[in-house]
Amino acid sequence: MNGVGPTLAFYALAGVTLIAGGGVMASRNLLHAVLFLILSFVGIAGFFALLSAEFIAMAQVIIYVGAISVLVLFAVLLTPRAGRNNGETKMLAPAVLLAISLAAVFIFVITDTDWPTVATSPSLTASDLGEALLTTWVLPFELASVLLTAALVGAIMLVRTVEEEAEDALA
Amino acid sequence: MSVGIEEFLTVGALLFCLGLGVALSKRNAIGVLMGVELMLNAVNLTLITFSRFSVSDRPITGQTFVVFVITVAAAEAAVALALAVSVYRNRDTVDVDRINLLKS
Repeated sequence: MNGVGPTLAFYALAGVTLIAGGGVMASRNLLHAVLFLILSFVGIAGFFALLSAEFIAMAQVIIYVGAISVLVLFAVLLTPRAGRNNGETKMLAPAVLLAISLAAVFIFVITDTDWPTVATSPSLTASDLGEALLTTWVLPFELASVLLTAALVGAIMLVRTVEEEAEDALA
Repeated sequence: MSVGIEEFLTVGALLFCLGLGVALSKRNAIGVLMGVELMLNAVNLTLITFSRFSVSDRPITGQTFVVFVITVAAAEAAVALALAVSVYRNRDTVDVDRINLLKS
């Protein structure tokens, strides 16, 4: 990927995404952590656009930035008093150590491997994606809808209170 | 000036490790979930990178996989956050080191 524009965009997006990820790690207030998480999701959406996966970038903005972050925000607001002054567990030092060593291994492998790459970007459009989803991957595609339905029903069942269940039993 | 596959993979790897650190060290269960979401996003970024740069007959497969990852992540987030709210109602806390009912 040559040129000043894509390179600048890459480093700007990398900075935003990684700094926001570090913000999630550092914030003790969960609301701030959610806001950093949203920023990180936006950065990832920018990466998808930069890698010419426009449909995935749109889906990322709609599903992650729009839906999942609102879901997380709701969960933070529905658990009052739990969202503030969150320390880390005593596993902080081992976790950071593990993450750093894993990052070192990853970076070693990435720089050491001679990746065979294509010179020009493959032209992939949303219609290619749709065709692949509805021909080769049609069974996982249908299973995904079953999974989403099951998750929807499960989430509703989990958050219902005993009184609500008793009311429904009477009706 | 140019960026290649290594730079994108490095960002994905670093974001994954950040998510791993968040997931392992946060005390709040919702914070742990945020770490998991970060890790899933890092994996998605890596998949799209390979779909863009790799020599392959059918590069669209990488994007297809990302669609499924996003779907499963949405389902996982919904159920896990419902669990967190349910645990909060019963135990008045979502701190993972205080949910120790099974500890003798």
